[in-house]
Amino acid sequence: MNIDDIKREFPIFDDKIQNNDLVYLDSANSSQKPRVVVDRIYDFYTKEFSNVGRSVHYLAVAATNLYEQTRVSVQKYINAKDKDEIVFTKGATEAINLVANTFGQKYLSEGDEVLLTELEHHSNYVPWHFLRKAKNIKIEFAEINDNGEVTLEAIEKKITNKTKIISVSHLSNVTGAILPIKEIVQLAHSKNIPVLIDGCQGAPHLKLDMQDIDCDFYAISGHKMYGPTGIGILYAKKKWLEDLPPYQGGGGMINEVKKEGITYGELPNKYEAGTMATAQVIAFNESIKFMEKIGIQNIEKHEKELLDYGLEKLRKNNSVNIIGNPKEKGGVISFTIEGVHPHDIATILDEDGVAIRAGHHCCQILHDKLNLPATARASFGVYNTKDDIDKLDEAINKCKKIFNL
Amino acid sequence: MDLKDLYQEIILDHGKNPRNLGRFDNYNKDAKGNNPLCGDNVHVYLRLNENKKVEDIAFEGHGCAISMASASIMTDMVRGKEEKEVKEIVTDFLGMIKEKDSLETNILKDDEKTKLMSLSGVKQYPMRVKCATLSWHTLTSALDNSDQIVKTEE
Repeated sequence: MNIDDIKREFPIFDDKIQNNDLVYLDSANSSQKPRVVVDRIYDFYTKEFSNVGRSVHYLAVAATNLYEQTRVSVQKYINAKDKDEIVFTKGATEAINLVANTFGQKYLSEGDEVLLTELEHHSNYVPWHFLRKAKNIKIEFAEINDNGEVTLEAIEKKITNKTKIISVSHLSNVTGAILPIKEIVQLAHSKNIPVLIDGCQGAPHLKLDMQDIDCDFYAISGHKMYGPTGIGILYAKKKWLEDLPPYQGGGGMINEVKKEGITYGELPNKYEAGTMATAQVIAFNESIKFMEKIGIQNIEKHEKELLDYGLEKLRKNNSVNIIGNPKEKGGVISFTIEGVHPHDIATILDEDGVAIRAGHHCCQILHDKLNLPATARASFGVYNTKDDIDKLDEAINKCKKIFNL
Repeated sequence: MDLKDLYQEIILDHGKNPRNLGRFDNYNKDAKGNNPLCGDNVHVYLRLNENKKVEDIAFEGHGCAISMASASIMTDMVRGKEEKEVKEIVTDFLGMIKEKDSLETNILKDDEKTKLMSLSGVKQYPMRVKCATLSWHTLTSALDNSDQIVKTEE
């Protein structure tokens, strides 16, 4: 695959940003969008717009078909057994909230335990915290080791006979650690515990096969997969979607509404109340096609090369300290520079067009454990090149110069 | 935008070696502030004497060069001032960071104003304004005996 060709498919790189060529190293936060995705939104609104799943006129039927086509594309992309196992949400955050809320309602009561890890993003902690407040459940955290990874043993150590659900990241957005999710699911299922995987960082970078992983729930963020904002996916095994109560009430999710009572719609409508992010869902199909065209194996290989090159380069740079050293690692490098706060690093790098993120990356539990208030983070997407990493390294040197290091 | 405006020598100096960092025993007012966006936090301690004069002031916390330098310069500047004067300086400083071109208060000497103006570079960096103002909002909160933790995000 030719990265220059791929990069040309992203309009953001056409023009200079603040007089610089953009070196975009913030894809773990959100990826840039290929032209096909942007155009699809424009075309839908200008030529094809109608609400889905309600009216019977031509545009409504055509829009409904397009909307459902994305569902089938996602199903195939992640190898889910059934298209009804794909629920559209406004993002991965809503997907996790949906599970925490509905599973919590039905299956959690005082003293029950939910097992997370110290790596989790706030979106896989706060929804469970709500249940801790409302139902007096307990939250346990499987610990990270010195490499910044969570092992199967660390998970096993925290499982008790009170553990009712395990919810873990596929790939850490800070250390880059890839968790042994298949093994975690096997272990959990041997004890009859369901597993939710927060796949925000997994889905854009790793091959997914729901039937092989066998997890009960998998949350996906659309905007990190070269897709629009406002779209996420909850994969859930059909048995759960049939069993759990609805999440939000409104139009589209009902079967029959009477003054005396209400019955809910069939899957997947049961979980898609109100008018959904129609244009975004339809455009997300183009993101899937875009990734399929390149091939996830090629994306993985390219990002691994960038990671190895980046790690080698930054390790040689004095005063740069890389956070975590997981054996299985995705395209994320979090780092600190002795004597320069990450926010100052980010501002100085930005001056040269190098866009990174600084802060706690929505992982305060992890940063507390590492005893760091903040880190700087460079993360990769399919459009990044080794040249981007060279520019990152140069900008870090400039940073050191300003701070007299 | 010019980085030299933001990272002036005086900022780098105060950022690296913040003055009045720590805590003293007999403080009678204090407040905490934090910036949830980046996890930076500050805790301001001060002692107001019977004449409402700031007898001593110090801060604890961690943050970027801008926030540490701002807290450092601020604490230097308000020590020995009366509460009323401190509030005027705070209002003047926040006004300058937000919109005004210069400082207007007569309480500060010219060299003190020059020192404070070294922080004016953040105006060009909207995301960093909060770094410069956190300790100042926290100082106000301490003077007002507010139990509210100052947050930069609403």
